[in-house]
Amino acid sequence: MGAGIARVIARAGCETICHDVAPEGLARARAVTAKFFASSVKRGRMAEGEDAAALARMTDTTDLAALAEADLVIEAVFEDLAAKQELFGRLNTLCKPETLFASNTSTLSITEIASGCGREDRVVGMHFCLPAELMKLVEMSRGMNTATAAFDAAWAWVKGAGQVPVETQDRPGFILNAVLVPFNNDVIRAIEAGVAEPADIDLAVKAGLGYRMGPCELIDLIGLDTQVRLCEAFYPVTLNPRAAAPPLLRRMVAAGHLGRKAGRGFYDYREEAGA
Amino acid sequence: MSDCEIVLHGESRSFPVRDGALAESRAGAPVLLHLGQVGEVAPEPRRAAVLIELDTECLSVHLGDYPGAERANTLGFARYRNGNDAPTNLVELVRPDGAEPEALAAARAFFESIGCQVAVCADRPGRIVDRLVRPKYNDALRFLDDGLATATAMDMTCRMGLGYPDGLIERTERGGLARHHEICAALQELTGNPAYAPARRAVVAMQRKARR
Repeated sequence: MGAGIARVIARAGCETICHDVAPEGLARARAVTAKFFASSVKRGRMAEGEDAAALARMTDTTDLAALAEADLVIEAVFEDLAAKQELFGRLNTLCKPETLFASNTSTLSITEIASGCGREDRVVGMHFCLPAELMKLVEMSRGMNTATAAFDAAWAWVKGAGQVPVETQDRPGFILNAVLVPFNNDVIRAIEAGVAEPADIDLAVKAGLGYRMGPCELIDLIGLDTQVRLCEAFYPVTLNPRAAAPPLLRRMVAAGHLGRKAGRGFYDYREEAGA
Repeated sequence: MSDCEIVLHGESRSFPVRDGALAESRAGAPVLLHLGQVGEVAPEPRRAAVLIELDTECLSVHLGDYPGAERANTLGFARYRNGNDAPTNLVELVRPDGAEPEALAAARAFFESIGCQVAVCADRPGRIVDRLVRPKYNDALRFLDDGLATATAMDMTCRMGLGYPDGLIERTERGGLARHHEICAALQELTGNPAYAPARRAVVAMQRKARR
C-alpha cells in the first residue's frame, strides 16, 4: 500500500522518500513502480519522459532519520496501534517541528495513533483506497487534538496531488470499511447458511445493484486473510457482531484458501494461473 | 416470444408492464407464471415449471415447508427492484428443498429467454440482494444520523472508493425510505436479526406516510 501512495506523491511532482525496514521490499516496489509509470506513458496517462522524472523524484531508504526534513510523512505500516504509535513517537524526535504526520490506517483511531507522539496537533487520518495509484478517493479525518491548520494543510496537499478527499469523523473504519467489512461478512455468512453459491451472489449483486465486482470476487481479490485482519481490528472496537470474522472465513484461511493470491478462495484460480 | 401462461393476482412488482415476451399468455403452456400478490396455488404437476412471484415473503408461505412431490416443479421468483425503482433484469429464482432440477432448468431457460439474468437461491428471507444490502442501507442511514460524514461524502466514498454506481444514501432514498422500512420490517420479523431493524429515517418516513 505504501508503494502505491509513494507513486501518487511522486507523480504529483513531490520529492518522495520511501522508507521500509526491508531493503528487498524497497527494491521490489521500485521495480513495480517503474513498470507502472512506463505503462502509464503507454496508455497516455503520463507524458513521455515524465515516468523517468517521477522515478527520479523517488529515493529509497531504510534509515528513518532520512525523513527528518520531510514536510509530510504518511505511514502505511500494518494495522497495529502500538506499531503506529511507536513509529510516530520516533518520527517526532527525528522530524522538523512543522512536519505533518498522516496515517493511512483504515480501521484504527487517529486520536489513539496520535496519542503520546508529541505532536498530536499535527497528525491527520489520510486513508487511500487500494490500489492507491489508481483510486482517487482519500478518506481524511481529524484526531481530537488535530489543529485546524494542520488538517487544512493536509487536505490542500491531497487535492494538490490530484486526489479527491472526503472528510469523515474519527470512527472505526471511517466510511469505507465501516460499510464494507460487515457487508463482506454478511456475504460469507449467507454462503455458510446455504442461501446461495458465491457465483449466484456475485451475479445478483452485479446485475441487481450494478456493482462492478461481486463481493466474493472482491474478497478473493483483497485476500481472505486480510478480511480476517480487518475483522480483528474492527470488531474489538465496535463490538458489532456483523464485524466479527465468520467461522467459514476462518476455516477457509486455515485451509489456505486465501483468495486470488493463493489460487483458491471462493473461486478456483489455479487453472487460470497455470495457463 | 416465450411460451408461458400467466395468471394475474393483482399488480406485479416484477413485471409492472406486460410487454414484449410477456405480452401474450397461452393456456396450457409448459411454464405457468403467477404474477402479483399470489395466494393459494393449486399444484400443476404436468407443467415444466410453476413460478410464483414473491414480494418480501418466503415461498414456503405458499407451499408450506414440506411441499411434497406434486409441487416439486414449483419455484418462487422476484425480479429485483431497488424499492420503488424500475425492475432490473435480475431474477432471483427461489429453489425450495426438493425442487426438481428439470423445473429449475425450465425456469432459468424461461427467464433467460425474456432477457433476464438468473441467480438461484434457497427459500430464505430477503433472498440474496435484500438480505445483503438492507443492513448496509441501515448502517448508512445511522452513520448519517451519527454525523460520521455528510451524505455527499458517504455517497462519493461509495462511488469512488467502492466502485458502486450510486451512493448508499441516494440509492436508499431514491428507492423510498418507506419501502426500505417495509422490507426491513419483514426481514426482521423473519430473522430476528437486529441488523434489519429499520433505521430512524426509515421509521420516520413510514410514520409520515401513515399520517398522510
